[in-house]
Amino acid sequence: MNAFSCEVMPAGERFDIVQGGKMNSPTILMLAVAILGVPLLLIGYITLSERLLGKAAHKRSSSVRAIFWIAPATILLVVFLVYPIITTIILSMKDAASKGYVGLANYKYVFTDQNMLLVLRNNLLWLVLFTLATLTFGLLIALLADRVKYEAVAKSIVFLPMAISFVAAGIIWKFMYDFQPAGAPQIGTVNAVLSAVIPGYQPQAWLFNTATNNIALIVVGIWMWTGFAMVILSAGIKGIPTDVLEAARIDGANEFQIFRFVTMPLLAPTITVVATTLIIDVLKIFDIVYVMTNGNLNTEVIANRMYKEMFNYHNYGRASAIAVILLVAIIPVMILNIKRFRQGGANA
Amino acid sequence: MHRHASSKSPLSRLVLHLILIVICAGWLVPSLGLLVSSFRPHNLISTTGWWTALLPPFKFTLSNYTYVLTRGHMGISFINSLIIAIPSTVMPILIAAFAAYAFAWMRFPFKETIFLVIIGLLVVPLQLTLIPVLKLFNALGLTGSFVAIWLAHTGYGLPFAIYLLRNFMQDLPGSVLESAYLDGATHPQIFFKLIIPMSVPAIASLAIFQFMWVWNDLLIALIYLGGTQAVAPMTVTMSNMVNSYGGGWEYLTAAAFISMLLPMLVFFTLQKYFVRGILAGSVKG
Repeated sequence: MNAFSCEVMPAGERFDIVQGGKMNSPTILMLAVAILGVPLLLIGYITLSERLLGKAAHKRSSSVRAIFWIAPATILLVVFLVYPIITTIILSMKDAASKGYVGLANYKYVFTDQNMLLVLRNNLLWLVLFTLATLTFGLLIALLADRVKYEAVAKSIVFLPMAISFVAAGIIWKFMYDFQPAGAPQIGTVNAVLSAVIPGYQPQAWLFNTATNNIALIVVGIWMWTGFAMVILSAGIKGIPTDVLEAARIDGANEFQIFRFVTMPLLAPTITVVATTLIIDVLKIFDIVYVMTNGNLNTEVIANRMYKEMFNYHNYGRASAIAVILLVAIIPVMILNIKRFRQGGANA
Repeated sequence: MHRHASSKSPLSRLVLHLILIVICAGWLVPSLGLLVSSFRPHNLISTTGWWTALLPPFKFTLSNYTYVLTRGHMGISFINSLIIAIPSTVMPILIAAFAAYAFAWMRFPFKETIFLVIIGLLVVPLQLTLIPVLKLFNALGLTGSFVAIWLAHTGYGLPFAIYLLRNFMQDLPGSVLESAYLDGATHPQIFFKLIIPMSVPAIASLAIFQFMWVWNDLLIALIYLGGTQAVAPMTVTMSNMVNSYGGGWEYLTAAAFISMLLPMLVFFTLQKYFVRGILAGSVKG
């Protein structure tokens, strides 16, 4: 299924460092260095730089001192974010081996190749369905849980998937979608429940049927992220003053009218924040698809396509162009965040 | 909390409870199925639904766990995940705290501009950095080493850590810091004895957020660790298992549950900080 991982993990076992769960000494040493050494190094660095500054003239040392304090962060930000982003943009205009410039050929490929168009369609599907469904469920559960005594328990249950990895969620749901031919006992919960509820139901291979597999993957995303939307929206709902709701009720508004004309408008800014976060995350979705279908059978999305261009086809030009598409899609959010910060000034 | 309790008819209350309970059951069932299945023997798991195990005769086994922990690499991967996640949490927070202190309480040229760049970096998709950083690690011979992944997670975690800590630190009482400074305390003394202890709530949320993010990460481990089993964290090992075992549910479910143990423990004991970190993280995405 996946050439990359088949190659690195043959069926036989490999115990390079460990035998029977015991670590060898270099690993332990590495951990000790990392846990104790690195903080000590950093603390030593800042103390030493202060010693050096102590001897310098007092007035001018204040911005020099700041440079010492921000230097480690700045260096890492430049090496791991700023420089790579610029390099990726340049690489996107070069060929597969990053040798010669090819102009916009990689972008032409991204927007005309049949497989890439499918990838973009899938991301659009994720974007619309995942975002809308996660928001709707999050809002619904937040509103309902607000009215019951077991609110905390209900919210914990829905929030729990946020704590686990996409990989574990992928396994959980692969098992949920398990398919056995009609007549055989279904061990997958989805097919078993539907068989029990709908008379004459034919079990479905949810992850293999190209009509359902994208939806099946999106459901996993919704299951994981609804808790996030719910927690933030719930905080927003609790922030609505009770007297506003009471006033509407006295004026004769029913529950739906209160929701439509009081709650929703007051909640709009919160909904925008949640939607923005969901969109940023859904654009980068990778793990669920990698674990559950590896992008086969028309389920590939941008991040998985980029991974394949990198490791399976070794085409760094195309992989970079795909990454730049993600950046372009995120830029409006970036500008919005910066604007919001500047307006908020010091308190943002 | 229950502001509407009195104003509703019993029937609509019943419908409300019913909808909510059905939703909660729907959310819980997938994890429950995994947990139950991980204790079932192979011949039963592949022939009968997991829900049948809830009724007698009870036939549970620990052999799935024994297998994945020893022969299935999950034991060493658990340790690898710890080796990766602990420094990848400590390093960015300490480095970010230095920078956040400077951004909150020092004056220097281009301060505003640099901070705006950091805010811009908050939402940059990591995919933009993968190829150049991998090339850099290859050139330095670091690919496949823990050092590579520590550095990468530190770099990637910094924008959010600086953003969060700077916002928290600048709201700390300036008069306390001022008087300490006038009493002759140096910046490192103020930082370690006042700033850090006062910032514990923010640091706790941040630490949990970063730890869970690294613990659950697949992509970065997949790329910078080069797929070597000896250094693979649990997420990588599990995705390899999905490919090589196909329908070996007894192993996959046990492995998945082992990987969920620590996050669940954190979730149930430190839920307050976890939720707070998630809330603060909603600008990051």
